Amino acid sequence: MRWRFTRNLGIFLFWKAIKMASLLVAISFLSFLLVKQSPIDPIQAYVGADMLNVSPEQRERIEEYWGLNEPIMEQFWSWGSAILSGDLGTSMIYRLPVSEVIGERFINSIALMSTAWVLSGIIGFSMGVLAAMKKDTWIDRIIKWYCYTLASTPTFWMGLLLLIVFAVWLNWFPVGMGVPAGVLAEDVNIMDRIKHLILPALTLSIIGVANIALHTRQKLIEVLSSDYVVFARARGEKGFTLFWRHGLRNIALPAITLQFAAFSELFGGAVLAEQVFSYPGLGQATVEAGLRGDVPLLLGLVLFSAIFVFVGNLIADIIYRVVDPRTRKEQSYAAK
Amino acid sequence: MQLSKQLNLNKRQSTLLACIVLSIIVCAVVLTGFLYDEDRIASNLEVRNAAPSFDHFFGTDWLGRDMFSRTIMGLSLSIGVGLVGAIGSASISIILGVIAATMGKVADSIVTWLIDLFLSVPHLVSLILIAFAFGGGFKGIVFGIALTHWPSLARVIRSEVMQVRSLDFVQVSRKMGKSRWWIAKEHIMPHIVPQIIVGILLLFPHAILHEAAVTFLGLGLSPHEPAIGIILSESMRYLSVGMWWLAFFPGICLLIIVRMFDKIGDNLRMLIDPHHAHR
Amino acid sequence: MSILEVDNLSVSFKQYTSGLRQHTQEVISNLSMELVSGEILAVVGASGSGKSLLAHAILGILPSNAQTSGKIRFDGEVLTTKLQEQLRGKEIALVPQSVSFLDPLMRVGAQVRTSVRKGKAKEAQKKVFERYHLKEEVENMYPFQLSGGMARRILVSTAMVSGARVIIADEPTPGLDSVVIKEALTNFREFADQGCAVMLISHDIESALQVADKVAVFYGGTVLEIAPAENFEGNGDRLQHHYSKALWRALPQNDFTCEFKN
Ligand SMILES: Nc1ncnc2c1ncn2[C@@H]1O[C@H](COP(=O)(O)OP(=O)(O)O)[C@@H](O)[C@H]1O
Ligand SMILES: [Mg+2]
Repeated sequence: MRWRFTRNLGIFLFWKAIKMASLLVAISFLSFLLVKQSPIDPIQAYVGADMLNVSPEQRERIEEYWGLNEPIMEQFWSWGSAILSGDLGTSMIYRLPVSEVIGERFINSIALMSTAWVLSGIIGFSMGVLAAMKKDTWIDRIIKWYCYTLASTPTFWMGLLLLIVFAVWLNWFPVGMGVPAGVLAEDVNIMDRIKHLILPALTLSIIGVANIALHTRQKLIEVLSSDYVVFARARGEKGFTLFWRHGLRNIALPAITLQFAAFSELFGGAVLAEQVFSYPGLGQATVEAGLRGDVPLLLGLVLFSAIFVFVGNLIADIIYRVVDPRTRKEQSYAAK
Repeated sequence: MQLSKQLNLNKRQSTLLACIVLSIIVCAVVLTGFLYDEDRIASNLEVRNAAPSFDHFFGTDWLGRDMFSRTIMGLSLSIGVGLVGAIGSASISIILGVIAATMGKVADSIVTWLIDLFLSVPHLVSLILIAFAFGGGFKGIVFGIALTHWPSLARVIRSEVMQVRSLDFVQVSRKMGKSRWWIAKEHIMPHIVPQIIVGILLLFPHAILHEAAVTFLGLGLSPHEPAIGIILSESMRYLSVGMWWLAFFPGICLLIIVRMFDKIGDNLRMLIDPHHAHR
Repeated sequence: MSILEVDNLSVSFKQYTSGLRQHTQEVISNLSMELVSGEILAVVGASGSGKSLLAHAILGILPSNAQTSGKIRFDGEVLTTKLQEQLRGKEIALVPQSVSFLDPLMRVGAQVRTSVRKGKAKEAQKKVFERYHLKEEVENMYPFQLSGGMARRILVSTAMVSGARVIIADEPTPGLDSVVIKEALTNFREFADQGCAVMLISHDIESALQVADKVAVFYGGTVLEIAPAENFEGNGDRLQHHYSKALWRALPQNDFTCEFKN
């Protein structure tokens, strides 16, 4: 049984890896074509305001250096093989290797995203449970209304509201910047970092509860009207015991997997929250790269975000396979 | 609630009523926005930076422009862009969904793979990429929305069509030698058209929100357009001096409009799908 | 002595039909019957006629869109929602219709143990498993791993360990082989002989008659007649209702005897 399960998991992971590889290749290719057809001039983006001082000969030399005048397939080929050897190129705006920029930004972003992920998961789950247990009462109506409203709320606007209330009116937080301006990165202490983290994390958490709360509510309502809960009630179980024994058991797994599968929205939210609060994470780098035409960085970020989303989905899948007895013990004793 | 009790309406009838009322409000906003001309938001340096008052419900900005008019124009622009993007997106969904459901296994797995492909990068990142590819502006945002929002609806259409095709009466018609086109027209269309309409309606809220977001980031509509995203991103510079109304009202109006679209779509779905009526 | 009396019970559902209208559909109407201690009452009727709903109505576990009217008395006391809540699992136990009534993510041993109201749960569960020839490892299985027969036996076990005085068994026999059916029915018989009451719901009149004292013929949401089991014999001439007679004669061996006689 044991080895069979491990083997099946192995096969499953193998196919997932193949699929991911095919998607990554396609994403690289499509993204490359897209950025190449952009009317934004990469050389101007690189040189910036000094463009007037660049003579046509100099321009030609830069183009040659970057291989910009070669056929597009050849450019893709050399970019692709560089990536395979681990070289994502050099960011034009930060003048650093793309992998280094992404690595540093990722650490900032992961602090933000994981805080928001955990908070929104716990709060959203509890809200969903509460709403379902009190279905059709005013508590349920309020939670439902609140979640549907949040689902229609622009993330960046929520950020602006928090900024107005907590940074401008109450003066509790600085208005922007991941670290205080003019301070070297090494000198920034942990308290400063946390201080700059709170508002963007709060924004993401507030928005993030909606999905998980509504899903949990729906799922728990389903569970509560299922045959097995009807039977549990027939055996005299009720209230919290009933929820603990049969409710939680059946909704926890879907909620956790949903939360992992929501990495994509989390990343999107982080882009906006980071922009509003000038938080130096991946999202802000993506916007900068897009605005200022930093092609290597943009491509690197697209690939990285795809991997990020993929990992979330993969964890969700694996959790299901490892934890749910119905998939874990695929060898059924059923005679019929 | 009270109203529906007085008129003695049941849940379905009041759902229909809500749908109609909300649609009228949304249409009113869009129309007003289009009918306003540029002078409504001409700058008036005498009333710069005014807080909300009876003259200017939403206050004025640093150029003395009336924020209420700007908001309405911005909303109708956002709804317009969202509409075009959502329709583009829906077209892609319909085509790919139908192809997946009717053209055999290979086509189906290709479409499924495409869906996975477009879901594998966060929407906002793909939107930034596509906006960059088109050099920003209207075209970039519309293509961005159209290209990123189709997968969920395509999935719905694919499974709907597959389900209808396997129904008994469709199978019988096929055995009776009716043409593909006849079957599509008589059986498949009536089943999936309502689903598609609801699907498009439920695409709107996302489309509008994403349009506003990308524009806010500076990669969407140009700063000269009176878009909500532009208004909000400009407001950021004035928040620290306490001009909260610049951000508050346009944002909440956007929220209300998006919420209305969501509600209309949801209500319609409830009316179409009898299973939802029992909730 | 009657333990449970059902008096003029009706159950209806609120539903939306096509279009915008809402209407109520009555599934059980004006039903009266009683359970007597020491007796097995079989409730026999076609599937979809509302037998399960009757069981659920007695326990007060109908879905929320259901409305009931009429009275149910337990030990002469009218069952209120609150009283139902106190009694179920303790005085009245249900043997549900299918495996879907077991929690899919809980080991079946644990599910049987939660039904035990008095004494040591673990021992009671072990004993009942032994009695139903369920191997020890079944304890640690999940419902999806059970065969049909095992699932039935688990469901019956939950009622048997509860110590209730009334058992309502909703089609406890389909899917079992004849030996196990015999055994399950014998168990219900023993249970009744201890002075408890059993309501045995079934669409299979034949196996019900093996142990029942009385048979309630259920049709179109109500009980047509309640006849002593002995009346189901020969041509069924002692049965009052056409439907009951038809039901009785439809059994293969009766058909055979009829033809044989003629
Ligand atoms: N929640 C419900 N809403 C509406 N009708 C229902 C509901 N549950 C059951 N019914 C109806 O009640 C009838 C009786 O069901 P049931 O008691 O399960 O029949 P039986 O157990 O005799 O096979 C069914 O025909 C079904 O249509
Ligand atoms: Mg039944």
